[in-house]
Amino acid sequence: MEKTIEQIKKEALKELEAASDSESIKALSVRYLGRKGAVTQYLRNISNLPKESRPEAGKKANQTKRAIDELFKNALKRLEAPSYETDNRIDVSLPGRVTRRGSLHPITQITQQICDIYIRMGFDVAEGPEVETDYYNFEALNIPKNHPARDMQDTFYISDNIVLRTHTSPVQPRIMEKQKPPVRIIAPGKVYRCDSDLTHTPMFHQIEGLLVDENVSFGDLKGVLTTFVHQIFDPETSLRFRPSFFPFTEPSAEVDIRCVICKGNGCRVCSHTGWLEVIGAGMVHPAVFENVGYDTTCYTGFAFGMGVERIAMLKYGIDDIRKYFENDLRFLRQF
Amino acid sequence: MKVSLSWLKEYIDVDINVNDLADALTMVGLEVEAISDRYDYLNSVVIGRLAKIDPHPNTDKLKLCRVDIGDRTITVVCGAPNVKNDMLAPCAMPGTCFPKGTILEKSIIRGETSEGMLCSEMELGLSANSDGIMELGRNYSVGSPLNKAIGLSDPVFEIDLTPNRSDCLSIIGTAREIAAFQKKKVTYPEICLPESFDDISDYTSITIMAPELCPRYAASLVFDITVGPSPFWLQDRLISVGLKPINNIVDITNFVMMETGQPLHAFDFDRLAQNRIVVRTAREGEAFITLDGKERRLDPEMLLICDGEEPVALAGVMGGLNSEIERSTTKIFLESAYFDPVCIRKTSKKTGLITDASHRFERGVDPNGTITAINRATQLIAEIGGGKLIKGTIDEYPNTFPEKIIDFSVMELNRRLGTCLDINDIENHLKSIEFQVDKTGNDRLQVIPPSCRVDIIRFEDITEEIARLFGYNNIKTTFPLIPAEGRHPSKKIESRNRIKHLMTGLGFNEAINYSFISKLSCDRLNLEPDDKKRQVVDVLNPLSEEQSVMRTSLIPGLLETMKYNISVQNRNLKLFEIGNVFFNTEQKDSLPDEVEMLAGLWTGKRVDAVWFSREINCDFYDLKGVIEELFGNLGIGNTSFTRMPPASCFYTKPGFTAQVIIKDESIGLIGELHPKVLSNYDLKQTAFIFELNFDRLINHIPGTKSVSPIPKFPATSRDITLIVNKDIEANNILQSVIDLNEELVENLHLFDVFEGDPIPAGRKSISFRITYRSSSETLEDNRVNNLHKSISDRLLEKFDATLPTV
Repeated sequence: MEKTIEQIKKEALKELEAASDSESIKALSVRYLGRKGAVTQYLRNISNLPKESRPEAGKKANQTKRAIDELFKNALKRLEAPSYETDNRIDVSLPGRVTRRGSLHPITQITQQICDIYIRMGFDVAEGPEVETDYYNFEALNIPKNHPARDMQDTFYISDNIVLRTHTSPVQPRIMEKQKPPVRIIAPGKVYRCDSDLTHTPMFHQIEGLLVDENVSFGDLKGVLTTFVHQIFDPETSLRFRPSFFPFTEPSAEVDIRCVICKGNGCRVCSHTGWLEVIGAGMVHPAVFENVGYDTTCYTGFAFGMGVERIAMLKYGIDDIRKYFENDLRFLRQF
Repeated sequence: MKVSLSWLKEYIDVDINVNDLADALTMVGLEVEAISDRYDYLNSVVIGRLAKIDPHPNTDKLKLCRVDIGDRTITVVCGAPNVKNDMLAPCAMPGTCFPKGTILEKSIIRGETSEGMLCSEMELGLSANSDGIMELGRNYSVGSPLNKAIGLSDPVFEIDLTPNRSDCLSIIGTAREIAAFQKKKVTYPEICLPESFDDISDYTSITIMAPELCPRYAASLVFDITVGPSPFWLQDRLISVGLKPINNIVDITNFVMMETGQPLHAFDFDRLAQNRIVVRTAREGEAFITLDGKERRLDPEMLLICDGEEPVALAGVMGGLNSEIERSTTKIFLESAYFDPVCIRKTSKKTGLITDASHRFERGVDPNGTITAINRATQLIAEIGGGKLIKGTIDEYPNTFPEKIIDFSVMELNRRLGTCLDINDIENHLKSIEFQVDKTGNDRLQVIPPSCRVDIIRFEDITEEIARLFGYNNIKTTFPLIPAEGRHPSKKIESRNRIKHLMTGLGFNEAINYSFISKLSCDRLNLEPDDKKRQVVDVLNPLSEEQSVMRTSLIPGLLETMKYNISVQNRNLKLFEIGNVFFNTEQKDSLPDEVEMLAGLWTGKRVDAVWFSREINCDFYDLKGVIEELFGNLGIGNTSFTRMPPASCFYTKPGFTAQVIIKDESIGLIGELHPKVLSNYDLKQTAFIFELNFDRLINHIPGTKSVSPIPKFPATSRDITLIVNKDIEANNILQSVIDLNEELVENLHLFDVFEGDPIPAGRKSISFRITYRSSSETLEDNRVNNLHKSISDRLLEKFDATLPTV
């Protein structure tokens, strides 16, 4: 034998590489694989080999033949494919045609985020009227007329007994009057106070929460609010509960988080205390339960409330609350 | 309330640093809002060296001092006798705010500029010494601030007290809290009354005509006193907490009020007619001139302190001008009383007078604190004002306050808090804040809160005391047991979210406007006199006219927003809002009707000039398309837009307004803004608006969705062009095709409307495509052609139409 099948293949490849048009490839194909081709010749010569090595050599030669055939065909296909390379092109740098999406108001977005967290914890969403009776806004919540606690909220009056609700808390007695325990609700909505400056607008948004059941403790309140803070801000956010006063809760608490701006080092936003008040909360005052006819020996509960603008300010770094209601398109589009 | 550390230390040892003390106070419920140092004003008073002293060219009484203040030397005009070369003295720089309130400015004194002021100890608020400028030892470094140099510091805590903690409206009250967390005892001031003479009952008497409003009234008398300025220490105490010294008698009453929390009032005894006191309610319309010189009109809900003839004080709020302590006063009648908190609050609200006294009385003072306070003040008056104490105190106390006994179970307390405190811990906590505690069983405690704790009424109040003393942050965090029974959100809430998301998908930005608008909005909207939208709800105490009524439409808010945006060059706007509007029901004390609305506004360009298109203004159909797409996404069918009769268009342009109707129910309107409204709002570009009743709209959102099968056979379509009278609305024609109820008509698509040559004047052409399809076979051309011809013929006849001439 003069050449091994490998040598033949090597030569074929070398020649293929040099072939630049389909004619020469076709010629190559004839030269190697045609009736008188090198490979065909080789295959014929196998019969001259000793009997025992014939099957092995035959198998190998056939494989090589197929491989060479495949290479020739592929090379041919590549050469014969139509070419799209022309001078006809587009300017891909031109701006695309956009259907511009609008945006949800940041207050809507944060309200939704807050609600979603509580919904995941098993709370339902409830709503109440924005114009309220003095009874639901104050008295049912253990804030009698002529109580200094009324000074905590500057009230807009419609008449002696009708007010713009100063908080979302009136949803509490409204729901409890209609529903026996257990109660687990959150109530987002607009609230109103006559106050207007950099950190106060006469209308803003609150989210109220109420959970009433048997054996609900202050520890549970801490658990739910800690979970909330960790989800709305950051799981690493540290928080503290400190005593406060709301006429409709006892004990009452204020929930502070480590200032998200200065990380507790003290800055203008946290009045250099390192802490930010974000939630008011407490165990529902028995007088509130008595007003709605709940049995205070069976049931305990907790309530909490938070300002949506404040949380949005902290999350987005907005420093002027009035921006929310100017509805400047350049502001709205950022959300 | 301001509390200075030095004053606190009179009653309690403080062994923690200032910041820790502030934190601890905050964590027991006395929120420290700020800490300042009362000597901070001395930051701008520096130690100066008198480098050179020259006579003042224009007067013998003053000298021109060249004062070395470290970085430079300044000229100071000074009249003090003790100036001498090389002495060190405090030199106040311009801007210094002295304790008495004056602010130092650079000035020209007798023609010479004074760039600072050499100060006496009195001027600096450091002592009563005013003999010349303060001379400092040699060892101070020139130019350093005086307070740092001589180590003057007195931190003042600004405490934001919650209304329940009236017991802490005093230095001692604050000290009690510190004692509790420091596990120490309060040192109460020792009161020893001086020798007394005669008997008070020989001189005066007290008659309470309104015991429910004045349950307790105590008085004492001191004669032969001298009214004058208070000693330095007393003035200094008052200044330290932000009070202004007046005279020794008034200062003492203020001092004792700050010390104990009990407001006191001193009358000039000689000016009390018949030398007696009557406590009664005011008569309707009765007039009284308070200390501030203002005449007050009173009513029977207010309480008056009167002498034998006329009122001398508005009880618990302010004294009268007619019995004020004057320089000539020699006899003092001292009042220490308990007034009903509600009565004082009402009076304070109605008169607009908020005083330190009313602030305390309306929150409730210690009913048993009256005597301690009066004795303390009497002692100080005798000490400071000289004088002779008349023996005894009158204490009119017709109905004693009952002690509050609260009996509770420790287990209950632990259950409410989620703690496992043992009975002894609880006992100790309560004792630390001066509660009387009795163990009445293994699990039960009976407690009596001190009388100053007017906020402690029931068991739950005790739980808060324990929680705050134990520490809120030491209570273990747990989780409530919540069954896995999630409920579906209400349709309203769900639909609202869905619509908001759809609107943003349609390119609209959500706006939130104030619920209150200007009362003039109804006129600006060009509303008819009897329009329902004029039934506004008025706010009694609005912040401004622009926010004086509750909105009855979302449009004014959107127009204001448009106006604002255009003023800041945002001229292309697609805005929407969902919110409540409010209608007055005209019934007294009943809630207004709150209706939720969805409104949208589109103004400016639909397409800005871009490389592939010229700019195109938005129009009616752009906004109509938004509603159609919104409704389509919500699955609302059966919608129609009907032309609003011109007589019913007020804030939209007649002829360019449609009513939006779903299944025969009017949901709202869509249209171009009326030119009058544009001009009322001073808007230069037109806008298209819609406003829909949200509650009605969501009723039409189907709860379920059913899927139609995909057609098996191909459709075929034929175009038709009709030339009709210009006034015929396209939808009439399309609707009449639908009304033919031809089974094979699957869809209608209007693709052209044309007016003008070659269409005759007064006519227009309308072209649309009818898609035909059968659900059971492939349609043959013949059949479709025949049907199409038949439909076309019927339309030609019905609408007096012609076909185009080809």
